[in-house]
This record gives sequence, C-alpha cells and structure tokens, in this order.
Amino acid sequence: MAETAQARFASVEAFLRHAALLKTSPEATQRRVLVCLGTGCMASGAREVAAALERALAALPAERRVALNLCMKKTGCHGFCEKGPLVVLWPEATFYKGVKPKDVPELVERGIVGGEVIERLLYVDPKTGKPVEKYGAIDFYARQTRIAMRNIGLMDPANLDDYLLRDGYQALAKVLAGWSPEQVLKEIEQAKLRGRGGGGFDAGRKWRSCKSAKGTPRYLICNGDEGDPGAFMDRSLMEGDPHGVIEGMAIAAFALETREGTIYVRQEYPLAVEHLERAIADARARGLLGERILGTDFSFDIQIARGGGAFVCGESSALMRSVEGKVGEPRAKYVHATDKGLWDKPTVLNNVETFVNVPRIVEKGAAWYASIGTARSKGTKAFALTGKVKNTGLVEVEMGTSLREIIFGAGGGMLVDGPKGAFKAVQTGGPSGGCLPESLLDLPVDFDSLTDAGSMMGSGGMIVMDHSTCMVDVARYFLSFLTDESCGKCVPCREGLYQMYRILSRIAEGQGTEADLAKIEDLSQAVAVGSLCALGKSGPTPVLSTLRYFRHEYEAHIKEKRCPAGVCKALITYSIDTSACDGCGACLAACASDAITGTPKKGETFQINTLQCDKCGACAAVCKRGAVAIS
Amino acid sequence: MSAQSQPQFPPVDLAATEAILARYAAEPKHLISVLQDLQLHYRYLPREALERVGAALGVPLAKVYGVATFYKAFSLTPRGEKILRVCTGTACHIRGAPLILSELQSRLKIAAGETTPDLRFSLEAVNCVGACALAPVVMENDTAHGNLSVTKVRRLVRSGAAGSRGRGSAELPRPDDSPAKKAEESEES
Repeated sequence: MAETAQARFASVEAFLRHAALLKTSPEATQRRVLVCLGTGCMASGAREVAAALERALAALPAERRVALNLCMKKTGCHGFCEKGPLVVLWPEATFYKGVKPKDVPELVERGIVGGEVIERLLYVDPKTGKPVEKYGAIDFYARQTRIAMRNIGLMDPANLDDYLLRDGYQALAKVLAGWSPEQVLKEIEQAKLRGRGGGGFDAGRKWRSCKSAKGTPRYLICNGDEGDPGAFMDRSLMEGDPHGVIEGMAIAAFALETREGTIYVRQEYPLAVEHLERAIADARARGLLGERILGTDFSFDIQIARGGGAFVCGESSALMRSVEGKVGEPRAKYVHATDKGLWDKPTVLNNVETFVNVPRIVEKGAAWYASIGTARSKGTKAFALTGKVKNTGLVEVEMGTSLREIIFGAGGGMLVDGPKGAFKAVQTGGPSGGCLPESLLDLPVDFDSLTDAGSMMGSGGMIVMDHSTCMVDVARYFLSFLTDESCGKCVPCREGLYQMYRILSRIAEGQGTEADLAKIEDLSQAVAVGSLCALGKSGPTPVLSTLRYFRHEYEAHIKEKRCPAGVCKALITYSIDTSACDGCGACLAACASDAITGTPKKGETFQINTLQCDKCGACAAVCKRGAVAIS
Repeated sequence: MSAQSQPQFPPVDLAATEAILARYAAEPKHLISVLQDLQLHYRYLPREALERVGAALGVPLAKVYGVATFYKAFSLTPRGEKILRVCTGTACHIRGAPLILSELQSRLKIAAGETTPDLRFSLEAVNCVGACALAPVVMENDTAHGNLSVTKVRRLVRSGAAGSRGRGSAELPRPDDSPAKKAEESEES
C-alpha cells in the first residue's frame, strides 16, 4: 500500500483496489480525536486546543500510543459553532464542547487513555438539564439529515485518504466505469435536484440546456461567493469537504463534456481557498483531476478565482464578468448563461451545496434522492441558524421540515427568556428574502412555500429575531446593505432603493407620515420591475414582507412616534432605574459621551443626562443588573 | 490624487509589482488576481503600480481604475497594519454590531472606512464575514473575534496597541478617570 499511496491511479480498477485496501488498513480502524478547526471554533480558541492536544498525545510513551491506536484529526466545521471549541472522540462519538487548553491534560489522561467520560465537558440538554454523551443523541444533531454535510467534521479536509475512507470519489469512479454523459444527465434530472444558491432552478434542466446550446468549449463554474449576510454553509463545505465539491464538479463536467472548471470563492474566505487549493493539487497528483482522469478519456481541471468583495458578484452574470477580470456588473437575463456565459460560451453555474449533493445522487440513485423532501423540492437543505436562538450553527434538514422544528427543535428555542425574548420573526433568504411571523412557524420549508409566503429560500440563512428587534430597523438595514452593494447599472435599483432607504430612515426617526407607506409600496414595484438582476428585482422583498406581517410596527413609528422594540434611537430614551442600580459604575466607564453622572460606590446611584446621551446603548449592554431602562 | 493632499503615501518600490506581474500571463483576465496580490503586498494600490499593470496586461488605465474602485477588497489609499473589520451582517446587526462599530469609532477616533494617521489601524464595516453563529464578530486581519461586547472590544484595541512594534507612546484615547477604569477592569475579570 505504501508504494501506491501517492501514485496516480492508472485506472478505475486501480482506484477501487486502493480504496478497498484502505478500508482494511490500520488507518481505517484507528480511534480518532476530532478537533473542529472551523472558523467558529477557531475564534473560540480551537487552534490552541489542537496544539495542546498534539503535544499531550505526542508526550505519551510510544508503546502506549501504539496500543491506543490513536490519531488526531483537525476537521472542518461541526456546525455547532455556539458551543466551540469542539472535540469529538470517534468511533465512540463522545462529544465535548467548550474545551480549553487547560482541559487537555484531563481529556487525554482520563478521557482518551483512561476511556472515561468527562462529565463537565459534555453538552447539557437545556430541556432536561442532563448531560448528553453521544454526538448523535444531542437534539441539535439528532434532528438533522445530513447529505450535503455528510463528511464535515468527521475527517481531515486536507487528507485525500480520509475522504476515500468516507467513500469519496466512488461516485466519480462509478460514472467513469461505464456511464454515458447522457446517463448522468438523466440521473440528475430524475433526482429533481434544484440549485441551492437562491432561486432553486432545476439543475438537470440547466445542464441540459447548456449541453444543447451551440458553441464550445463549455464552461463549468462553482459559485462560492456566498454573500448573503447570515449564511455560511458554503464556507463550511469548501473548508470542511473540499473534495466533495471537486467530485461533484468532476461528475457535472463529465455530463457536460467540458474540461474547464472554475471555483469562484469570496475574498472573505481565505481558509476555503487554502483548503480547495490543497485538495485540487492532491486530486491532480492522484489522477482524479487533470488529463485522462483514472486512465479514461475524460480530462477535467479546476482553477480558483478569488472574489474582490462585491456582493453583486454572487449573481451569475456578474460573477462571470469578474472571472474574466472585469467589473462585476450583471447583464440582461434574456441571454441565458447556458447559451452565452463565461467568455460568451455555454456555461453552467451552480452553487457549492448543489455540487456537493451530486456524488451522493450518483452513488445512491435518483430514486433515493427523489424520495426525500417535498413534492417539488427534493433532498435536504443546509440552513445557517443564527440570531436570537440557543443553538446557533449549521442545520441540515429534509425539505418540508417546519420552521418550528428547525428553530425550536434543532435550534433549541429562543435565546433569552421573558417577553422581550419571545419569538417575533425569522428572516430567510438574505437581502432578497423576507421576515416571517409567528403565525407561519408551522410552514413546511421548501423553495415554493417560502416564496408563496413572501420570502425566499435564498442560500439558506435563517436569522431568528425576538421582541428586542425592530422590524422597521431590519427593513432599513437591508436597504442600507443593498444601496451599498448595488452596482449602479440600473437606475431603479441604484436610486429607488436609496429613496426607499431615506423614507424608512425618516420613519425610524419619527418623521414619517402615513403617505410614506404607500410611497414605499409604489417604489418597491418600480424597483422590482426596472432592475436587471435579482439584487434589484427582489431588493424590496425585506420591506414588503415586514409591511405585510408587521405593519403595526410601522404604524407605531408613524402615528405614536414610538419604537416598540426600543431600537430606533430617535424614539427612545435611556434612564437608570435607581431601585435596581447598585452603584458599580460599569455604565460610567462604558459611556463614551460623558452623559452619565455619579460616583462609583456601593449605595450610590447614577443618572443619565438625556441631552448628552447619544443612545449608543453601551451602558445597557454592560449593566449586569438590568438597571438601564429604555422607554 | 496629488502627493500634497495625501502626504502619508510611502515611496513605492515597483520591483514588487514586476515580481507579481511575472506570476501571471500578460492577459487582461488576470487583472483582478494581480490587483489582489498588489493589495496584499502594498496594503493599497499605488498609482504607479496601477499604471505599470495596465501597460503590462494591455488594459487602459481607466479600466484598471474601474476595477480597482468597484471591488471592496481594493483601496487607493494606504491601509493600516491592523485592519479591523466589523461584521454588520444581519445576525451581527441584531446582536449589537452597531454598538461595536460606534465603540471602535470613538476609541480609534476614525470613521468606518478610514485609517489612523499613524497607519496602525484601519476600520471597516463589512457585510457578513460568515461567522454568524458567533455574532457579533470583528475580524482582526484574518483572525475572527466572536461574541463581542463593548468591554471585549476595548481589550482588543488595547492589545492591538500594545502589540504593534513597540510604539506604545501613542496611547489610545480613553474617556475615563481611574474609578471608572477600575470598574471596567473588574468587569473584565
């Protein structure tokens, strides 16, 4: 095995032999210490934990190490970012959360060598108050169906053999062993796979129309420009399972009979670029990419294009201009990218999550995939669950799962107790989507149901809001985002969204009139009709959805000059509740505008000078006794 | 863009530009990649370098400027050693990003998009860095700091000030007196 380990696979048979051999090798039966090095866990100090674990394991006596048959793996994102840094022992599936470097000696001595379970590092179920030992028994994971994210967190993304151990490249080998491109196309069509990037366009249909378009070469692009605020599943996929993306693209390229692929990665995701580059180089070295893949006549290679930090480049035609080295402006959609895309050649562009589903469909069959999900949306969808919810992180569930199940099941419910912390809305679909109210919590989530409800699936961001979030402010936030990101090509988008932003700002400042609401609705229509791309076309959606479901909040701002959530600065005042204040002085230190007076001393209280107060909220954020009142 | 109006521009060593150009074929399609490498090296895009790139790749200077000003990754003025990117994505917004941003603005005495005169800090408000589960988030160059509060942000600025090449004389502004400082520190511990 050693001699073939780094060699190119000369044929499909040679590859299958190696993969089978690998499964019976000592590597396959090793116990694994899986340390999450996803972005979330790294921000919580996972790098230090991994280094401490490496040292502690290396310090074990050699014979002890052999007897333990142990290896440590730095993995991609486990998805449960809230609880990081995460360490999982495999195959026993013991799940430790919030691990600090100082916990490592005990973790190695008792947990790994001693085989005990360290209770204080276990996840505690907030419903029962009891610690949960196993990965799969934690509600957050137990309620998920992972197809796209099947590998993330369970292997080292930088290790090709790890991917092979998880049946990686088996689907590509299966296709190359005797399928025709037409057969692959049919399989994807029958699986009814829809694009995960936003619109939910039928992937099989897209591939078919590209293939029947005139002109060669054809191009294949993977859209990794995940720009929707509140979405990070593509980042986790690119960082945690780069070979999954590559294999999906290779199968698509085989179906489309193209030899050139591009992965366009956001500028903000340097780790994704690093992992993809490494994976591409490894796949090339082993004959899984490049000339004559696995000794067959099929050749395909992938290059990486880094984005320049422009949201509009997530739009397919703008992205293609950017790959060409130009300014990323979208173009009219009556020319389809499948006819004239990159360099004016037929092009297929799909999102990261879409490609990652492809190998699984080939492996397990279209019928299997089509049996999951709802009538018109098949398979699963990964959601980035964030905001005011207990378990923030990545959740992959079957299409048709209700919002309630996602937020209160896997998500564990609302973050803050009390009336302020109660559920108010969930925002889906990013700046093209909308806010859905409590009455729609039982909505089964799929592409069509979300659109019908006035929102959209988008790339899968799901931001939960409670009663401390002002819906006028949220709508204004999205307009500010979009006016900032509009490329400026279409006047209705560039100027219309800006005027809407001004009107909403007026309302938030208590200067709004009832006529403003009608003006917003008028402008929304003009912007939607007069813009070329989805940024403008669906730009008014966040405003329209909040007007549809939360009109009373707009009216409170306009008629009563009141912000019910206590967010809009012009309509609120801060004061200190002297009965709750203990004179600690934290607010005094926090105030940047010298608006707080008093002496820090037990028994003393503080006052806020409302004239000087700039309502930044710093005092309320630092007060441990909740003595800063907003009215 | 005259030298008088931007006195802090350092002299430009074009050897680095040549080295970067040598990595790519002389085709217009590599423009963005070249500019990204330049930005990484100089921490901005010097006019002299842009002129050279335009000539080398066969792209008119106007088009080069078009691209350089379209994408947020590029800056025509020097950026600081430490770039603090305050995430203002939706999840961060509802978990307090505006407060984090205003705190950094008042501590660094610059607005978002600006750089301190000593070129130590640049402050940016960015749209979602993709670490939403840890909202609110600030990126310090490539390192993410999550679950931030006003006090954690102050610590971040202070450690940045202490850590940057021993220029400790330039204390960061603190609008406080000693009892308040004590109160703040007791809260941090």
